[in-house]
Amino acid sequence: MTTPLLHVEQLTMKFGGLTAVDAVSFTAERHDITAIIGPNGAGKTTLFNCLTGFYRPTSGALTLTHDLGEYLLERMEGHQIAHQARVARTFQNIRLFEGMTVLENLLVAQHHKLMRASSFLIGGIFKLPSYRHAEEEAVMLATKWLEEVGMADKADWLAGNLPYGDQRRLEIARAMCTDPRMLCLDEPAAGLNPRESAELNQLIKNIRDQHGCGVLLIEHDMSVVMNISDHVVVLDYGKKIAEGTADEVRNNPDVIRAYLGDDEEEEA
Amino acid sequence: MSWRLSHDGLREVLMVMMVAMLLLLPMVGLRTVDSSSGLGIDLHIAAVFWAVLLIGLGKKSLVAARENIPVIAYPAACVMLLSGFLAPLPTGFLEFFALAGGFICLTNAILMTLRGGRPISKNSFGEGMDVVATKIQAATPQVAWVMFAIVVALPFVFPDRYVLDVSILILTYIMLGWGLNIIVGLAGLLDLGYVAFYAVGAYSYALLAINFDLSFWVCLPLAGILAAFGGLLLGFPVLRLRGDYFAIVTLGFGEIIRVVLINWYQVTGGPDGINSVPRPSFFGLAEFTRRPSGDLPAFHEMFGLDYSSIHRIIFLYYLILVLALVVNFLSVRLRKMPIGRAWEAMREDEIACKSLGLNRTNLKLMAFMISATFGGFAGAFFATKQGFISPESFTFIESAIILAIVVLGGMGSQLGIVIATLLVIGLPEIFRDLELYRMLTFGIGMVLVMVWRPRGLLAVREPSIRLHGLHGKGAKS
Repeated sequence: MTTPLLHVEQLTMKFGGLTAVDAVSFTAERHDITAIIGPNGAGKTTLFNCLTGFYRPTSGALTLTHDLGEYLLERMEGHQIAHQARVARTFQNIRLFEGMTVLENLLVAQHHKLMRASSFLIGGIFKLPSYRHAEEEAVMLATKWLEEVGMADKADWLAGNLPYGDQRRLEIARAMCTDPRMLCLDEPAAGLNPRESAELNQLIKNIRDQHGCGVLLIEHDMSVVMNISDHVVVLDYGKKIAEGTADEVRNNPDVIRAYLGDDEEEEA
Repeated sequence: MSWRLSHDGLREVLMVMMVAMLLLLPMVGLRTVDSSSGLGIDLHIAAVFWAVLLIGLGKKSLVAARENIPVIAYPAACVMLLSGFLAPLPTGFLEFFALAGGFICLTNAILMTLRGGRPISKNSFGEGMDVVATKIQAATPQVAWVMFAIVVALPFVFPDRYVLDVSILILTYIMLGWGLNIIVGLAGLLDLGYVAFYAVGAYSYALLAINFDLSFWVCLPLAGILAAFGGLLLGFPVLRLRGDYFAIVTLGFGEIIRVVLINWYQVTGGPDGINSVPRPSFFGLAEFTRRPSGDLPAFHEMFGLDYSSIHRIIFLYYLILVLALVVNFLSVRLRKMPIGRAWEAMREDEIACKSLGLNRTNLKLMAFMISATFGGFAGAFFATKQGFISPESFTFIESAIILAIVVLGGMGSQLGIVIATLLVIGLPEIFRDLELYRMLTFGIGMVLVMVWRPRGLLAVREPSIRLHGLHGKGAKS
């Protein structure tokens, strides 16, 4: 049996007296889309923040294994997780560099590659051929991703001027430009109309199938979750209450209770 | 066309006059004087009367212009302007106020007529300024070449001590502005203590040159390196801070350096400063003195010229010009390099940067070190130009002026900084004739610029790279 891409063991995150994530364990496979769902306040985003180094977990282990090596995420700094362990993420409230153009956004994502090529400063200042070559390649990669998300004609737009749906997709393209092994999407379909949402499903599937990148997904839109996820993890009050394929989870009584509430809770 | 102000307009005028009276009565009307019997109070009712009258006139003109009643707007403005010359105003300041106010009201009235009676809103005026700024910015390369030609030719056209001294001062501040722009404009960190690096550069040069007898050309890079080290020193403790807190710490750093310079008497000479800082030689080949003391020949003999003290000034002028251009070249390049883009990204959103694997610590330290190096170069130049340095030259006001230049120019714009320096450093020089009111006019000018162009003179950001060429679709949006 091969090791899974991501192995979360007994992850706990406490803020003072509040336990936002409580001893959650699950695994995510390399060529899977793993969805994390749950009612509001279930601890999904906290889990994401632990994974991507924005929070340091109170206890538990996060192990990421891929072709570049094995990484213990809970011990790494945020920027190392992105740069070395190759975990990329998007944000629930879009975080683009709004005053910069679309192309620049995608080039910032390829910073490390370009910095090495610019020999940290000298190559860039004197525009050595190796640097120019690397920059052309970076622009090509950026263009490829722009085409993938259907925004090739908007490369020179300011990111802040893009329509909402484009901003969402640009954020995904930017994350993919870091050449990740695992992509964490925090509610990518929020605010999208049904057509855009369907396009997004296709995009996420492509990322899984063609780029060998595992996808971890937080989503409220059940049409997205049920359509594309290979594996669903359900959280409620910080605890994992169910796990399985979309169909299994849909019929799980605990999940139904968590989402719709049972009689007692309604009275309370 | 109406001949009278509307009721609301009239009420507005009266309100303004009343507020003016209430404020001015205690502030202007009562003045304490020393008399034989102790402290007495003089009444200056006339000054208050005239001030309130002038304010009322000005406001009436402005309101009339807004309500499109030229028969009131023009006369009121003219009366205000004329009273500056004719009326028996009790103080010189009131005369100045009447002249300036009358001029502004008249301009306002004329602008109203030109716009066909449509009221001039702040917004439409601002839009007009935007168009002008965008045009200047689009023509940046041409403007830059014209400016370059002018500054290169200047010493031959005006071989005048005063003109060159002012130009050297302006060029120094341009260089400092470009240097600070890396921290403030690109990396988006508000640094209130930039003068510290300037001071480190100046003292490094002075001390190295005096104690170790090193030449300017050896000391210049050393001063830059030492200033960069200063940047590193400041960088480490402030890395975790953001926004206001960051600004306060940099402010403190600037003061610490100054206090150290004052109190480290054995090394820096304390408040006495350092005298007889060595002047630069002509690339180590000749000296700019009539009779050289060392083994170097004199510059004028080397080139077969008559001795003139202006040679040194011209040399210094070109020296600072070259230094400034080097700083400009490097900053323009840095901005288009990955590190420049990362700085700008950090200014936009630090959290997103972290999620993309950018190491903010390193990026901030780099910004500080590079920026400090430029400040150090400028400091070394300052020391060699003045020949004398003391902590007096490195007070907070210097940091504030450099910061004002960067902010006024429009954060991140190289050309904007040049224009802003001309305004901030050049204008007070031109207004020397106004004597007492020099700083007042300067202050008014700054306020007006900030009212009309709150994001700086040239605030449109030029992308560091374009996919579809300069006229790419949507590039302007």
